[in-house]
Amino acid sequence: MIKITETKLSFYKKRIKSFVGRFLESRLGLIGVFILVFFIFISVFANYLSSYPISATKGNPRDRLLPPNRKYLLGTDEMGRDLATQIMYGGRISLAVGFLAAIISGVIGTAVGLAAGYFRGRVEDLFMRITDIILVIPGLPLMIVLAAILGTSFWNIILVISVIGWTGTARVVRAQVLSLKERPFIESVKAIGASDFRILLYHLLPNVFPLIVAQMVLRIGNAILTEASLSFLGLGDPTIISWGMILHWAFSVGALSANYWWYIIPPGICITLVALGFTFVGYALDQIVNPRMRMR
Amino acid sequence: MLLDVKDLKTYFETRSGYVKAVDNISLDMERGDVLGLAGESGCGKTTTMLAIMRLLPSNGRVLNGSIHLDGLDLLNMEEEQLRQDVRWKKLSMVFQGAMNALNPVFRVGDQLVQAIRVHENVNKEKALKRVEELFTLVGIDPKRATNYPHEFSGGMKQRAVIALSLICNPDLLIADEPVTALDVIVQAQILELIRDLRDKLGLSMIMITHDLSVIADVCNKAAIMYAGKIVEKGDIVTVFKHPEHPYSQGLLTNYPSIKGGKTKFKPIKGRPPNLIQPPPGCRFHPRCPYAMDICKKEEPEMVELEGGHFISCHLKTR
Amino acid sequence: MSPENALIEIKDLKKWFPVRTGLLHALRSGEQKYVKAVDGVSFNIRRGEIYGLAGESGCGKTTTGKVILRLIEPSDGEILFRGRDVTRLKKREMKEFRRRAQIIYQDPYESLDPRMTIFDFVAEPLIVHNIGDIEKNVADALERAELVPPEEYFYRFPHELSGGQRQRVAIARSMILNPDFVVADEPVSMLDVSIRSSILDLMIRLRDDLDISYLYITHDLATANQVCDRIGIMYLGKLVEEADIRELVDEPLHPYTKALIAAVPVPDPEAEKSRAVISGEVPNPVNVPPGCRFHPRCAYAMDICKKEIPELREVKEDHKVACYLVK
Repeated sequence: MIKITETKLSFYKKRIKSFVGRFLESRLGLIGVFILVFFIFISVFANYLSSYPISATKGNPRDRLLPPNRKYLLGTDEMGRDLATQIMYGGRISLAVGFLAAIISGVIGTAVGLAAGYFRGRVEDLFMRITDIILVIPGLPLMIVLAAILGTSFWNIILVISVIGWTGTARVVRAQVLSLKERPFIESVKAIGASDFRILLYHLLPNVFPLIVAQMVLRIGNAILTEASLSFLGLGDPTIISWGMILHWAFSVGALSANYWWYIIPPGICITLVALGFTFVGYALDQIVNPRMRMR
Repeated sequence: MLLDVKDLKTYFETRSGYVKAVDNISLDMERGDVLGLAGESGCGKTTTMLAIMRLLPSNGRVLNGSIHLDGLDLLNMEEEQLRQDVRWKKLSMVFQGAMNALNPVFRVGDQLVQAIRVHENVNKEKALKRVEELFTLVGIDPKRATNYPHEFSGGMKQRAVIALSLICNPDLLIADEPVTALDVIVQAQILELIRDLRDKLGLSMIMITHDLSVIADVCNKAAIMYAGKIVEKGDIVTVFKHPEHPYSQGLLTNYPSIKGGKTKFKPIKGRPPNLIQPPPGCRFHPRCPYAMDICKKEEPEMVELEGGHFISCHLKTR
Repeated sequence: MSPENALIEIKDLKKWFPVRTGLLHALRSGEQKYVKAVDGVSFNIRRGEIYGLAGESGCGKTTTGKVILRLIEPSDGEILFRGRDVTRLKKREMKEFRRRAQIIYQDPYESLDPRMTIFDFVAEPLIVHNIGDIEKNVADALERAELVPPEEYFYRFPHELSGGQRQRVAIARSMILNPDFVVADEPVSMLDVSIRSSILDLMIRLRDDLDISYLYITHDLATANQVCDRIGIMYLGKLVEEADIRELVDEPLHPYTKALIAAVPVPDPEAEKSRAVISGEVPNPVNVPPGCRFHPRCAYAMDICKKEIPELREVKEDHKVACYLVK
């Protein structure tokens, strides 16, 4: 049996190599990766990179609302705290929310899509109607209402974003399952007596997996934007710093009218660039993964 | 002689090397002949025909040989002259799967009208009249000219495509797998149509197919191709009833037929070769039950056995 | 032919597919339309017999094959496998049924999972049914399918194999559980001509060695002639004639069968040419004509043919026809 793993390994190595090769051909994908690596690096190593400790209270009140200078690279906020530090640490939260929300909604969406596409009939109808309802209701207002009801906390935000965000994945997965089901090699698994569970887990899931990954990457960008919006509107967790929260505080001290541009523009750029980065990478993945994977 | 192909060599350039798709083949046809070009997929029969019509894809090269149609040198002709005088006028083709290539957003009659007016300077009325004639010729109710392709059945689409190929009254029609995708009875209807056209119009044809029973049904001459080479050719009765080449023998003695009882299968072992690196010498030798030493080294020449029966095999032509 | 001999008894099998019509149509007439793909088909398959099911496209032969295996659920009728009604089996019993009844598909390019090695693909039935000794069983199965040496094929992937080899892999997988019955859905129609006979040869040899029964579904009467023992001809969801293959080819009774046989070309240039005895094509199975389905195209249609569906009756020994012309 050892021999089998060996050649399976070499098969997967080849596949990975060809995938990486194709990915490298996509300029958008490369730009996206570059952006993301940069931001992830900064967030992860925030405590090494920033010259100031992150703290909710410690700030130098005499240094409040200073524009960027030699002491404070990106200026200070209304409590005299260094904004660069806040942005670096803020990245952690924004990225974390993005990843977690995307993974949770990905799991939900995949499960729903697999069930709807495979079992059809009433199961499918039920799931698809729920999907349609969620899609029809305007997203942001719905999330605002949910967040207001559930209360503002890190996990509640993730919950809210996930619960609304799984529908896109569900639809895509269902479509893929419907088309896969028609292919004889899937029917033949049923013919040898395999249970539905086996078919779903060992045959359908591996075949939709690349599609799901592409979808999830796109979702992360989306989730980050959503978190930023919710936090900005004051529905975020006030005890933690995310880019959206920074913007929230900025607005609460009237940064726009008083022209404290360093308080608004940097977090805004961060949000935009990171969302863009994930979108680019997701797009590049989608291009590769789209059912052209039939090896004859 | 209507068609004279000599020593045709057509290779395809690919990243892995040259695919020697057609390697030194010679064919000839008189007026009124229906030649069956038989062989498995990948043997080069479609490529041969594309070369004759000069419709090879961009990576296809004719490296050698000559093609003469009714005295005209096709390979050395200017593209413009080929288009104006030869293609569709003297020589036309029904491509494989053509029935599915009808444009779904145009009416069938209109598509024929379009084609007619590309080739001949006639007004729409005259063209429509011609469409009526053609439909009657191929057995479609002329009133159906206003239908769209999806309203035509499979058999009707194939008839329409045949009509399309006949608009300029060509001398030679090449049909690539014309009945393969059709149901049994429709297939018989189309074969009847082909025999009709042969008899009524004196149409010469080349039938390309892997189905030997179809060839036996309509052709008077046959050429059997294997791995880019013609291994045997001659008139149909000689080739089919007295095949001399081991490959032809293997094919024909195994051929499923609705007549006769169950025969014992003697399958040809192995499978067709890779045409980038075909076996040296005779390309069939790895699968040949009679392979000798010389077969592995030297390519056999095409030799006439008697009365128009040619084969290329060391065993029979020493 | 006594039913005790029968491995499989199909009784009045039906499969009707509901047609999804547009909103407007549903509002207007409200009546559900059906594609009656299989409409009351009855036949038996004996132990060790190769029973052919032939017809043109749309006649319902492939659907029949899949319904027998319950890969498609029947709308009505009975499927008796070794005396037990498959349509009533519960989950665990279905699994046992699937051990004994297998399928080989038409398209060798689509019936193998592109992501699985040949070993995993052929081994899967063993894993599903908890059978041990996997390596040996897989090697045996591949060897029986004439893929030798089997170890060479273990670690390859479908795209590395030719059409004929893939079909052999499919055969190996279907044989590995030692089934009693195999549905072969046009198993050679997508293969090269010179490969067909060796695959058919293999199937026959497996039948001889392992006493397997086949339902051989095809539109190609020539290959049917080479492999089948008995054959049934289907037209628009109904069985119109059934007989021993030689008997059917030499003495067809139903006008449709006669037309089919006359239409098949023969690889002998001196033999009679193929003839199109009937015109037109098989109509759409949504709008099935009343009475005998074939009557609109039949040269001998009588009044009764247009009104009442003829029964499949035994008119000679082991020769059944559904036609009012035949006494």
